[in-house]
Amino acid sequence: MSDNAAAITLHKVPPISLRRRFVDHLMTGLAIATVVIVLAPLIAIFGYLVYRGIGSIDWAFLTQIPRPPGEAGGGMANAIGGSIFVLGIASLIGVPFGIGAGIYLAEFGRNQMGNAIRFTADVLNGVPSIVIGIVAYSIVVLYQKHFSALAGGVALAIMMVPTISRTTEEMLLLVPQALREAAYGLGVPRWRTTLSITLRTATSGVITGVMLAFARVAGETAPLIFTAFGNSDWSRHLTFALFGKTLRMPFLDYSQPTAALPLQIYVYAISPYDEQHRLAWAGSLVLIIMIVGAVSAVRYVVRRGSFGA
Amino acid sequence: MLHASSGEASDRIFYYAMTVCGFAVLGVLVLIVYQLMLRSSLSWHAFGFKFFASQEWDPVNDRFGARPFIYGTVVSSLLALVIAVPLAVGVAVFTTEMCPKVLRGPLSFFVELLAAIPSVIYGLWAIFVMVPILTQYVAPALTKTLGWTPLFSGPFYGYSMLAAGIILAIMIIPIISSITREVLMVVPQNQREAALALGATRWEMIRIGVLRNARAGIVGGIILGLGRALGETMAVTMVIGNRPEIAKSLFAPGYTMASVLADQFSEATGDTYLSALVEIGLALFLVTIVVNALARLLVWTVTRGQPARGNV
Repeated sequence: MSDNAAAITLHKVPPISLRRRFVDHLMTGLAIATVVIVLAPLIAIFGYLVYRGIGSIDWAFLTQIPRPPGEAGGGMANAIGGSIFVLGIASLIGVPFGIGAGIYLAEFGRNQMGNAIRFTADVLNGVPSIVIGIVAYSIVVLYQKHFSALAGGVALAIMMVPTISRTTEEMLLLVPQALREAAYGLGVPRWRTTLSITLRTATSGVITGVMLAFARVAGETAPLIFTAFGNSDWSRHLTFALFGKTLRMPFLDYSQPTAALPLQIYVYAISPYDEQHRLAWAGSLVLIIMIVGAVSAVRYVVRRGSFGA
Repeated sequence: MLHASSGEASDRIFYYAMTVCGFAVLGVLVLIVYQLMLRSSLSWHAFGFKFFASQEWDPVNDRFGARPFIYGTVVSSLLALVIAVPLAVGVAVFTTEMCPKVLRGPLSFFVELLAAIPSVIYGLWAIFVMVPILTQYVAPALTKTLGWTPLFSGPFYGYSMLAAGIILAIMIIPIISSITREVLMVVPQNQREAALALGATRWEMIRIGVLRNARAGIVGGIILGLGRALGETMAVTMVIGNRPEIAKSLFAPGYTMASVLADQFSEATGDTYLSALVEIGLALFLVTIVVNALARLLVWTVTRGQPARGNV
């Protein structure tokens, strides 16, 4: 009996000391504090963006081009249009290459070569965007002898490829092997299987990757400074006669320097004019809406599709 | 044998087409290296290794040295790490180990939202909101308490190394935090249970059972953040003051490798000038490659064999 009682007292857990309990609470408190400190700038940035930007986004902002510095009014239509144009060029080049590379990695890349490409893609992801800008400058601008929308598009395309290829690969690998085998069994050639069965099944995931890459490059400024360069007007105007009147229509030319939203925000932010600061805030709000819109569209598509990210 | 021969031919074409796309990724890297070396050779032949040691930046007389920019990049990035690491790790620990399950998703979403904000918008906000706050409240307080150290000596005009370091810290928190979270999540559950069973408090469990196991991966995340900070351009260019000087004080303006490219490249006249700038770009490229490869390796050793994004 007495032996038993001793055993029980031996197993009794000693109470946690005051010091240890204090440290535990302190650390929990510190962790909560870090969350507050990290979220504060996020709220401050979004709050200030809406506060300064919302009043300036009106019809004129979206349809007019900038007035000369110091004059009130004007808009950023050319920058918004130019941005969409440059991003369009980038997608046209980057998306096919990115998806192609993803298909190669998923379907033919289970080897040393595949690993090398995977590693290179990850490394490319970490290359500073300004360095990519130098390369686009060297291969396009120096060749064309002037800044152009095409050069900006090439720079952004180079940045899109790694993200797209890696997510495409991941999504294709999620597609069950049995689906591929079923297609082979029906005598469908491999290329048809990959394109109409595997890629088709993974569509929503692949779109996610594309949109993420898009969102990432949409706000890029550094690689555009010496490629797209910026423009205070549309890159070109088309003139034609209609009913005896001469009409001038804005036109985007791939071979000419073009305005882009992030570039224009940069120029306005460091300018001394209040009016331009106002446009910079409004432009930033539009840019953020574009990016958040793209990301939310992705979430919506993914939630509806069969494959989660 | 079941495959028709036309199918085999088109299969081969398809294979080659996809291979071309895959090799394009390698090609881009080769292209970057080749172009940077080609366009910087003039500066390399003119200055050699002295380029990285010289402090002189004189475009008028074609004499160039990269030391102020290297110094600025290193100091601003280290300052950013000092501020960002405790915060980012704290957030990751809170989201994985402490907070109620319902808060986990939204919390990590909000932190990652910080990563979606373009650099130029950070810069805009820093110019008009952060720098005035620093000038009005933070700098006077720092001068009063730590003004005797060389780090916080001298007058504060807003555009400074300190401002660059803080905005960089805000920008690299999401990457460090999300990698740390990933690494913490792959620490086996029984490590936690074992620590708790030995009578550890929650913090002791996190310290002994979780953080110690995840050390290598967390360091990987930090190095990845460093890589991001080294190459970050716009926000830094907008607040660092852009002056090629080496000053001890964090209150003084500086210049980084990335920001000198953003600031001067499009206006650079003369072949040597342009070549010197490209050489800075090449140096920046090589440093970020090494840093990133190291980080990937470290993260990989921890998350190896496990799905990177598991039980959220």
